Amino acid sequence: MTDEQHVDPVIEADLPTGAGSAGEPPPPAAAAPPSRLATAVRGLLVPVLAVLSALVIGAIIIVLSDLTFFERLSADPGGALGDALGSVWSAYGALISGALGSPGAYVEAFASGDSDQIISAFNPISETLLAATPLIFTGLAVALGFQCGLFNIGAEGQLYVGAVAATFVGFAVTGLPWFIHLPLAVAAGFAGGAIWGFVPGILKAKTGAHEVIVTIMLNYTAYRFVEFILKLPGYQREGRSDPISKVTEASSWYPPLIEGLRANWGFFLGLAAVFAVSWLLFRSTKGFEFRAVGFNPSAARYAGMSIAGSTILAMMISGGLAGLAGTGIVLGITRSLTSGVSAGLGFDGIAIALMARARPRGIIFAALLFGALRAGATPMQSATGIPIDLVVVVQALVIMFVAAPALVRGIYRIRVPEATGTEVFSKGWGS
Amino acid sequence: MTAAVAAPGAIVDRGAVRRQRIIGIFYLLLAAIAAFVLTSGIAPEATSTFALKPAGSKTGLDIPNLVVPSVVTLYAVAALCGFLGAIQLVRGFGTRWAVVLGIAVAVFVFGFLTWAAVGKSMSLIGILQLTVVKALPITFGALSGLLCERAGVVNIAIEGMLLTGAFTGAVVGSATGNNIVGLVAAGFVGAALGTLLAVLAIRYRMDQIIAGTVINIFAAGITGFVSTRVLQLHRELNEPQRFPQIPIPVLSEIPIIGPMFFSGNIFLYALFVLIGLIHYGLFYTRWGLRVRAVGEHPRAADTVGINVLGTRYRNVILGGIVAGVGGAYFTLGSTGSFVQDMTAGRGFIGLAAMIFGAWTPVGAFLASLVFGFADAVQARLSILNIALPSEFLLMVPYLVTIVVVAGLVGRVRAPAADGRPYEKE
Repeated sequence: MTDEQHVDPVIEADLPTGAGSAGEPPPPAAAAPPSRLATAVRGLLVPVLAVLSALVIGAIIIVLSDLTFFERLSADPGGALGDALGSVWSAYGALISGALGSPGAYVEAFASGDSDQIISAFNPISETLLAATPLIFTGLAVALGFQCGLFNIGAEGQLYVGAVAATFVGFAVTGLPWFIHLPLAVAAGFAGGAIWGFVPGILKAKTGAHEVIVTIMLNYTAYRFVEFILKLPGYQREGRSDPISKVTEASSWYPPLIEGLRANWGFFLGLAAVFAVSWLLFRSTKGFEFRAVGFNPSAARYAGMSIAGSTILAMMISGGLAGLAGTGIVLGITRSLTSGVSAGLGFDGIAIALMARARPRGIIFAALLFGALRAGATPMQSATGIPIDLVVVVQALVIMFVAAPALVRGIYRIRVPEATGTEVFSKGWGS
Repeated sequence: MTAAVAAPGAIVDRGAVRRQRIIGIFYLLLAAIAAFVLTSGIAPEATSTFALKPAGSKTGLDIPNLVVPSVVTLYAVAALCGFLGAIQLVRGFGTRWAVVLGIAVAVFVFGFLTWAAVGKSMSLIGILQLTVVKALPITFGALSGLLCERAGVVNIAIEGMLLTGAFTGAVVGSATGNNIVGLVAAGFVGAALGTLLAVLAIRYRMDQIIAGTVINIFAAGITGFVSTRVLQLHRELNEPQRFPQIPIPVLSEIPIIGPMFFSGNIFLYALFVLIGLIHYGLFYTRWGLRVRAVGEHPRAADTVGINVLGTRYRNVILGGIVAGVGGAYFTLGSTGSFVQDMTAGRGFIGLAAMIFGAWTPVGAFLASLVFGFADAVQARLSILNIALPSEFLLMVPYLVTIVVVAGLVGRVRAPAADGRPYEKE
């Protein structure tokens, strides 16, 4: 376990990130200590450039995957390039207007003064909030793991199991008022995810099995488990042969923020979770132990902290948060469970946690960005035929650029005040 | 750790004692399942038939089917497991516990197959052949991981490399009409991803697990994107020729071994060559010694003039090539056309096989056979229509992986510098 090179990326973040970095010394290269604003801008520079670079590479992929482009390139290079730029423009245009709405629609809606029309103009933003809700939870789940030195790739599976539990409480319990039923279903989701997080936690603590392999395997297991449970009589919807659950009771649904839009109070539960996790990590004793264990396990043990206990508890809370992401879907969007409930939300959580440098408050913004990408992807596919998978590619690139800030600085030739230690929290399989 | 078990009276390792009890209870549990659960509802005179000769095989020696009385066999399995469990609980097996565990599990699996084949004929040779088929890509993945980790770089991107290799093999193989070109292209793309991993992990000192995860997500995204955007319109780009089976003249007629190991296609023989090469190279050449030095103690290796970073680059790229070629097996060697996410975690299972095989090529192959067997049994049993939901059978390879990783990590030793970036002083 001794590992002098082990440096937590969060505590030793190379660029100060505004809030929470008050204790870090100012960069020695600067003549005067930079203002708070300048520091904040600095901190945002890498994520913003990362997203931009990812979008540019995404554009190149759009162009290169168009076979007619190559056929035309030799005959009419100018026209081919123009068309290529046009298709990129229309794809990203559809992506943005699908995520934020189009200015024309807003103007028209407000001019008409019709409340229904105004509400429907805000639909894209509502969809973005809706898509961001589970992402906040999975991002928090991964971030909490990072803070405790754990890489939870299993948010996907924990989300599945949480969704199974929440759906069950959602349809099996009837006759309760919503203010009892909803919290009950949400708690079931948390518990389901926590159970699925407990397994890698205890295996890591007791046998040393690396959580990365275990959680990945549990993802596949959870996927099969959901397929199994969706065919059980009593869980499967009556009269259906495809794998789909019964419809949950209306009393277990997250109430909508505004009648007529799909965005719901699950988003605010997400915000509450952000502050709760932030408090847990940075204001509570348990959170201090988590971070100590993540930062330097040997020192933590020497100080009398239980590494096993912290590992298990952190994995359970992390799993529970991922389970809450499941409730955001089954109690907020689909209102029943299907086998495709997650579609990579757990993996987006990794991107979000990295982008926010595992800081709870940063996760809100990262989740909104990825939620916007997700919300805009479907309109983009239907309008321009560019497959949704483009968003996955863009996300992978964002993670890459964010996790290797030196790469972004190299591309854009940004000078760094001071290069700090290596960013490592994974150790070999044995330690 | 296990040595303490054999010496009562000396300092007793409490963890080892507890593990001994757990394993003993596990044997008794297996015995109970075999004796009470599996025998229920079987007529006393029922038999289970195992075919040992490949269906439709004209050549080879004539091997009769293995017919066993079901109930008696199950009781024998139960008795053996119970016996091992009793010994384990009373005095333990000392350092031989792993061998005994393997025997107990193998005996129980045979009992399980007997139960599944009651009153039917199950093609045991079919399962064994499928075991090798399923183990093939896992072994390629494990070898890829091994090449990287022996030099101190964790390669969790095997999954993405396999997937991209499968995709490239199918597309290039179809576009050129030549599957050899497809195979070479898959190797090149694997090398490209290996280079990406190496640059991120070595040059930019990015966390190696995150770098691998990025490559995995990227591979899933880009293959999904292109197959939706291009392959659905141009189906002719996803119809490669498959490599033919090439039975080796005399060897393929050996009973059981022949159909398993000597009637495959080019991938199988390439794998044997690769295992031999890596084994020899790693343990008997100057190159191997340097690689292992870099993986164990890079500073010391640097001191004696070995180029640490260069060695790491070279090995990660080599690993990428192996995984890319192995990925091409999914399309060019097996199903023929590319399907989104067709690797379904085989790369990660390969990683577990590498750990199970203690970072040695031969060990990795044997471990892959275990995983391949779990996969093959699952595939066969779902055809036999037995009273177990297919979803649970599909979980088996993943659960086996978890058990293996949990049971072995800490007992097998990873290269000491695995996962740590190296910085010259």
